[in-house]
Amino acid sequence: MESDDDYYEDDIDPDDYDDGHNFDNEDVEVDEGYLGESSVDARISSYNPDLGDDDPYPYECLSADKVVGLMNEIIREVNDIVNIPSTTLRILLAHFNWDKELLLEKYYEYEGNQERIFAEAHVISPLKSKSLARRKSGRSIEQACEICCNNYSSSFMTGLDCGHSFCKGCWSQYLCTKIIDEGMSQTISCPEFECDIIVDDAVVMNLITDQKVCRKYQHLITNSFVMCNPLLKWCPAPDCHHVIKVEYRDKRPVKCECGREFCFDCGESWHDPVLCMHLRKWLKKCDDDSETSHWISANTKECPKCQVTIEKDGGCNHMVCRNQACKHEFCWVCLGPWDPHGASWYNCNRYNAEEAKKARDLQESSREMLQRYLFYCNRYMNHLQSLKFEHKLYARIKRKMEEMQQLNMSWIEVQFLKRAVDVLCQCRQTLMYTYVFAFFLKRNNQSIIFEGNQADVEKATELLSEYLERDVTTASLGEIKQKVQDKYRYCDSRRNVLLRHVHEGYDKDWWEYIETS
Amino acid sequence: MAGLPRRITKETQRLLSEPVQGISATPDENNLRYFHVTINGPKDSPFEGGVFKLELFLPEEYPMAAPKVRFNTKIYHPNIDKIGRICLDILKDKWSPALQVRTVLLSIQALLSAPNPDDPLANDVADNWKRNEAAAIKTAREWTQKYAMSGGQ
Repeated sequence: MESDDDYYEDDIDPDDYDDGHNFDNEDVEVDEGYLGESSVDARISSYNPDLGDDDPYPYECLSADKVVGLMNEIIREVNDIVNIPSTTLRILLAHFNWDKELLLEKYYEYEGNQERIFAEAHVISPLKSKSLARRKSGRSIEQACEICCNNYSSSFMTGLDCGHSFCKGCWSQYLCTKIIDEGMSQTISCPEFECDIIVDDAVVMNLITDQKVCRKYQHLITNSFVMCNPLLKWCPAPDCHHVIKVEYRDKRPVKCECGREFCFDCGESWHDPVLCMHLRKWLKKCDDDSETSHWISANTKECPKCQVTIEKDGGCNHMVCRNQACKHEFCWVCLGPWDPHGASWYNCNRYNAEEAKKARDLQESSREMLQRYLFYCNRYMNHLQSLKFEHKLYARIKRKMEEMQQLNMSWIEVQFLKRAVDVLCQCRQTLMYTYVFAFFLKRNNQSIIFEGNQADVEKATELLSEYLERDVTTASLGEIKQKVQDKYRYCDSRRNVLLRHVHEGYDKDWWEYIETS
Repeated sequence: MAGLPRRITKETQRLLSEPVQGISATPDENNLRYFHVTINGPKDSPFEGGVFKLELFLPEEYPMAAPKVRFNTKIYHPNIDKIGRICLDILKDKWSPALQVRTVLLSIQALLSAPNPDDPLANDVADNWKRNEAAAIKTAREWTQKYAMSGGQ
């Protein structure tokens, strides 16, 4: 513990740091913590300017309607240059994953042979289609719809520029099936067998009368637009239909209007200090049936010959593999072949035999990995659980704040309590992810400093948590304010120290990672 | 016939009045969406001489969704599995409402003439087909004789 305090005193002027910190808190107390968060970031980078992210991270939160507007804007922009019908253009853009530069590049690369670009995108070239349309409108006889086999006047028959026409009833049913049952939007093709001409949005909106289907279609279109665009991301909160738009892609926290804060790069909750890559691995590990596989690797052994998994169910160490094709005889204790053991197996003197040692080492390391995983997982889960409980604390604190306002404190004066719970939650979240970070970390001098910082944050957080949960209801008002502010400021400062240290490590390549299976 | 779409009625009539050569399809008397089908093994294929029984069902969504077809006669074929399910693109993603029962059955007949071991449903059969075509064809012929000829099951 001593050593890490020294480390920081050498590097930063603690007074300087604390002043800035206090100022920040006064400033953002009413701002629900978000501004606090971004100013933390700013401070991290100003401390270490060569980190390169000292600029704020600009982003916008868009409603689904605004996303549609954005999409139309792109269509208009391209249309100003190439001048083709916007329905066709939308299909072309979708074909190029909404990369308008790529579209324009190809469009001019195929200069003179632009048919090819339309064919690749499965649309009829707008130049050619006019003649087809005219030919169609010339007819006025009764026609049979090939799908339902009924006869209709040609006004009830319709189709795309490919010339295949079907009755409007069948069209509408066909589109509903594709949209609702198959979740298709921009890849729905003409119903004719082996015709790959794509149905444009104007046709779809014309033929579908059911509002529910229309909404679903529009949602699917918007969704594919968002998915194609690397600068857009749906808010991952359930039932939230907002999109975050950034100016450049980065591993940075963004906060949706609905309140969900997430990492723009990977879409998970904001997970500083652990990297997206490690978080992904970690979550996969937790999701997989890892408990089972770990139990198997820790409590069973593999037959040294055929590798079948064996659980010992009796006392005798003379194992005979039940695999009928193997029947290998070996010693459970040393995993060496049984033969040399003779009758005196309990003195298992083959302990150091090369083969047996290898098998044993493998076993050991898998047990050790399990212990290691359980250690970190336990602590991660513990903070996750606590974080969930803190929502109850918000309710309790809210009541306390109302109570205090009745005792002549102003609204602004009691906001420190909410801020304290905000800090508590931030610390828990950070702590949670430090265990994921630590799980992948190889031990070195810096990792020891990190562990010291982690212990500090953890201790401070538990003290704050305890105070907010218990004493806050009994102590006198003046005392509460002083103590709560001291505690949460200390927490916040320790959290910042920890984060800065990890960030600096990323920057200076201090961290070494273990290989995980 | 109440409630049966005109399209199904018309298709059924045409299947009965102008049957395709080597294929018969008769609707079940209790369920007009269920057809008893037989396909004769195509000439010059290991299935020649065999009469294969299939069942075909037109689901509620037909023709927006493909018919469901299954072989009831055992057959040694890389695209047909042990319980008679068929791997054929037009029965899945390539289905179009402009296709008909007739075209589906023709495609199945064509599949018997030209097995496609590169897109297998029955892996063991496809492996054999690729490794030793002559032996696979021999087995297919034996199965045809055993299961698809008169008296066979």
